[in-house]
Amino acid sequence: MSSPPFRLRTLGVVGAAAALVALAACSSSSSSSGSSSTNSSSGTITVAVVSNPLITGQMIPLTQSVFEKQYPGITVKFATYTEGDLRAAIQKDVATHSNAFNVIMIGPYETPLFAKAGWLDNLSSQFIASDPSYDASDILPSISSALSYKGSLYAVPFYGESSMLYYRTDLFKAAGLTMPAHPTWQQVAAFAAKLNQPGKVSGVCLRGLAGWGDNMASLDTVVNTFGGEWFNMNWQPQLTSPAFETATNFYVNLIRKDGEPGASADSFNQLLTLYGQGKCAMWYDATVAATSIATTYPSMAANTGYAFAPVDQTASSGWLWTWALGIPQGTANSGAAWKFVSWATSKTYDSLVASKYGWAAVPPGTRTSLYSNPSYLAAAKAFAPITIQSIDGTDPNHPTVNPVPYVGVQYVDIPQFESLGVAVGQQIAGAIAGTESVSQALSTSQSDASQYTPAELSAG
Amino acid sequence: MAVVDTSTVLVPEAGVGPRGASRREAWQRRLPLLPALIYTIVVTQIPFLVTLWYSFQNYFFDLPAPAHFTGLSNYKTVFTDAAFRSALWRSVLMTVSAVILAMILGLAFAMLLDRKFIGRSVVRTLIITPFLVMPAAAALVWAGPMLDPNFGLLNYLLQPFGVHHVAWLSTHALGSVIVVMIWQWTPFMTLIVLAGLQSQPADALEAAKVDGAGAMATFRELTLPHLRPYIELGILLGSIYLVNVFDAVRLMTNGGPGTSTTNLPFYLYQQVNNAFDIGGAAAAGVVTVILTIIVATFALRMFARVFQFEGASS
Repeated sequence: MSSPPFRLRTLGVVGAAAALVALAACSSSSSSSGSSSTNSSSGTITVAVVSNPLITGQMIPLTQSVFEKQYPGITVKFATYTEGDLRAAIQKDVATHSNAFNVIMIGPYETPLFAKAGWLDNLSSQFIASDPSYDASDILPSISSALSYKGSLYAVPFYGESSMLYYRTDLFKAAGLTMPAHPTWQQVAAFAAKLNQPGKVSGVCLRGLAGWGDNMASLDTVVNTFGGEWFNMNWQPQLTSPAFETATNFYVNLIRKDGEPGASADSFNQLLTLYGQGKCAMWYDATVAATSIATTYPSMAANTGYAFAPVDQTASSGWLWTWALGIPQGTANSGAAWKFVSWATSKTYDSLVASKYGWAAVPPGTRTSLYSNPSYLAAAKAFAPITIQSIDGTDPNHPTVNPVPYVGVQYVDIPQFESLGVAVGQQIAGAIAGTESVSQALSTSQSDASQYTPAELSAG
Repeated sequence: MAVVDTSTVLVPEAGVGPRGASRREAWQRRLPLLPALIYTIVVTQIPFLVTLWYSFQNYFFDLPAPAHFTGLSNYKTVFTDAAFRSALWRSVLMTVSAVILAMILGLAFAMLLDRKFIGRSVVRTLIITPFLVMPAAAALVWAGPMLDPNFGLLNYLLQPFGVHHVAWLSTHALGSVIVVMIWQWTPFMTLIVLAGLQSQPADALEAAKVDGAGAMATFRELTLPHLRPYIELGILLGSIYLVNVFDAVRLMTNGGPGTSTTNLPFYLYQQVNNAFDIGGAAAAGVVTVILTIIVATFALRMFARVFQFEGASS
């Protein structure tokens, strides 16, 4: 019984040696990565992106086939999420400074808030100033200002969008109907009632999936043009105001009566498929859908008409959004990250897409030069003018009929909206599915919004 | 028997040796277990203490303000939050209905599989299959190809019966999720009950037949009492797993529409991933752990009874 202590000791020595080796390996690897990480122009970068056709169908394959060949030292890894999951993943990553992502895909909601919190690199001063080939002044003014904080760009746009109404010219012709260029929501509802054929074609396809960037984006534009708003000038929630309730009833009833079945599970990607397969007589969604219809469903594009976002009390009602790329503060390999960001949002990327997939497939709504490019205008003549007019026609600073204390057409640019918007979106999805009434959904939403004091909300 | 042998050999040896030696020997016996113990403490108890700490903090990921101590206010929110209570109730409803229905179906399938017929092994494999499919993959198959209102298989099959474009996951969300839970767990129940049936002594059944007992009477008086411990075991294990069901909820309905399929695990997930309310989620988690301990205490007591029953009968 004397051998065990000896064996133990050897075990201990071996263990300590192993630990030392491991420690040495750790420190050497961290020192080597430490020396090359800051502002390194090579290495692996992880990019968090939203899953939609322009990204999964173009950006990711082109990165592998072109960008990584052009910059052999850089490896790009993509983390692809649905819109709601992307927001949750990014919010956790930047708020905890985990820095799992070197590049994040964000929009006009996140960019100013993250910039204010010190979570993003200032792209203007850190990169654009020393990169004259990146023509930042070419970015559309409304998009550029939506991605700026205190005059500096903190994200640059991959594509930009407003919202508009798509309709099937063949079905309208057969039914003897004419779509005006600037329809009202009442006209849309009347058309939908005439064109709805249950089981074959839905009168109108609308977003119902819970999420502030999903169903709430569409509904917010309806609320705005019906004279409603999220908060009044004293930051008191207005979700049960008559205008908000009328708009929500209108939207929910329109879906339940003449919308697509199972709408509470549908957002952009699902509706794009439905529309592409001929299941929608009308579809109200992002202007960027025109690009995907033209490239993925060319036969449907031939029978598609485009109208401005429907209105009620306002002259226009389109939203303003852009999926843009930003670099989190303190991330490694930020030099390589900027190489990728500038490549994916450049004019050369546009010509690259054009050479591979045709000019109609180019990501729209980011650069002024695209809208004076004759090749693009020829290929996208059906939807390019209405897209650029819709984007130019939005005003995120004055989105509603009554004055409001917040910025944002289809969002409220305060940190609390990230969770509040999702909670309200869930309630609305419940009303669309019929598990609760609109007034129940809105009174729950109102109490969700009331958990914040006006002082907390205005501090955001 | 082997366990008894070693203890009788070792006990006198430890008693004979000096105090220090027995302690050393005790440590020698403990040492191989230590890594596992330390690992268990690191991965379960430290996170729990951190959770306990967070549950007294006001900490939101989406607000720039730093975390600060708030006392019991997170717990007050949990107990006054209607969403927490409804999630708790929904967890109970989903677990109980799925376990009971899966057990009834499992019992029926096991009775059928217990009979000899051509192709029995093929049928048995097919019946077990749903249990072998990854829960996430199963949920996606059900949400998409099976239940989609426009392109789904179920609506296509029901079309001749006048059912058109039913949005199962919107209008019957809770029912759809429970059906998938039952579909996945019926094979497990079938296996457990089948094991019970095959251990039933043939002579008892023969005796019943000789005594002139009908099929129903034999089942009620002989088979069911014999199966009782197996059924209890199936219900217990099924409940332990199904109360934690997350994949189906997350991937089929995302807790919706509204909150109609939000169970406790999904509620906790949402508190972190959508509300970014770390303090509130931690408090809800602590309350859940306490409730689980209470339920588990009763369940374990029943577990013990199940094995006693089995020991007595064999």
